[in-house]
Amino acid sequence: MDNLLALAIIYGQLSLLAFGGGNAVIGEMQRQVVDVHGWMSAREFVALYALAQAAPGPNMLIASLVGWRVAGFSGAMVATASMIAPAGVLLLSVSAVWFRFKDAPWRRIIQAGITPLTAGLVMAASAILCQVTTVNLRYAILTAAAALVLWRTKLHPLIVLAAGAALGAAGLLD
Amino acid sequence: MSTQTDTQHIPLKDLFAGFFMMGICGFGGMLPWARRTIVEQRKWLSPTEFNDLLALCQFLPGPNVIGMSLALGARFNGAAGAMAALTGLMAAPMAIIIALGVIYAQFENDPVVRHAFAGLAAAASGLVVTTALKIVAPLRVSVLEMAIAAVAFVVVAVFRLPLGPAMLVMTPLAILAAWMRRRMR
Repeated sequence: MDNLLALAIIYGQLSLLAFGGGNAVIGEMQRQVVDVHGWMSAREFVALYALAQAAPGPNMLIASLVGWRVAGFSGAMVATASMIAPAGVLLLSVSAVWFRFKDAPWRRIIQAGITPLTAGLVMAASAILCQVTTVNLRYAILTAAAALVLWRTKLHPLIVLAAGAALGAAGLLD
Repeated sequence: MSTQTDTQHIPLKDLFAGFFMMGICGFGGMLPWARRTIVEQRKWLSPTEFNDLLALCQFLPGPNVIGMSLALGARFNGAAGAMAALTGLMAAPMAIIIALGVIYAQFENDPVVRHAFAGLAAAASGLVVTTALKIVAPLRVSVLEMAIAAVAFVVVAVFRLPLGPAMLVMTPLAILAAWMRRRMR
């Protein structure tokens, strides 16, 4: 019960902080799940994150997975609903007036302020994840190579993820 | 064909089916699929309407495609429509992710699986690095925006401060900075 409440509070908060999508709050999610509540190790969290990336659907499915690991099926439902509900209610309330103020100057100013904040948060998330996944030099090279390939080519992310898993399974990284 | 899309009504099963397909197909980024389904295949929204809705979802917090399912469902079939679109979108991905989680839990102590996951995770880090670079790249032109991004980065990645309170401070300051720059021009 305590865990369900904690999941609801954490993901309810992250829901309202997730400007620009789920990646902005991955750093904070890791801090809460690993450092604050000690539900799992950092490496375990990153494995779940990788799993959520490899599956279809919105990338906030990491919430369902963390909830499931912490408190089974009810944990998955509570975490997912908490991640969706606050932002969803806000969206539905705002959408009624949104289109009237679409071109209002204040809207552009708010957007101009929030966009770089989100960019900083996603950078932070990538730094935190890299810190955890970089076990040795080979992993660092794999991460760098994956980033470069995904940045420079149109190769599907799933192929890059599968290649990483294959290299790991073949024992080429340790 | 009527252009008054506001008065249009979409049956619940269509909303569910449309978003269900998006949920299944949306590997690594759902936006292209959402646009394809909503604008090109089912013609629920015009390209302009789609962009306006996307702008709203990007403006507010929360996962974009989920916001889109709620707003679109509500617009075409009220509260029931929002729920039909949301459950359609989430049903398959949630079932798949939990199934993967169960499989992972079964084999997580197997050395080969552990190493495969370490490799998968390192590649996933690369994916986030790329996402971050793509988001940051357009900011290069503005010193102010780079500064705001840098402060957010240091607060979260270096000092590891709680994001909630940090955002309560940083958001108004970032908006104030954006407003002052606009006034100076």
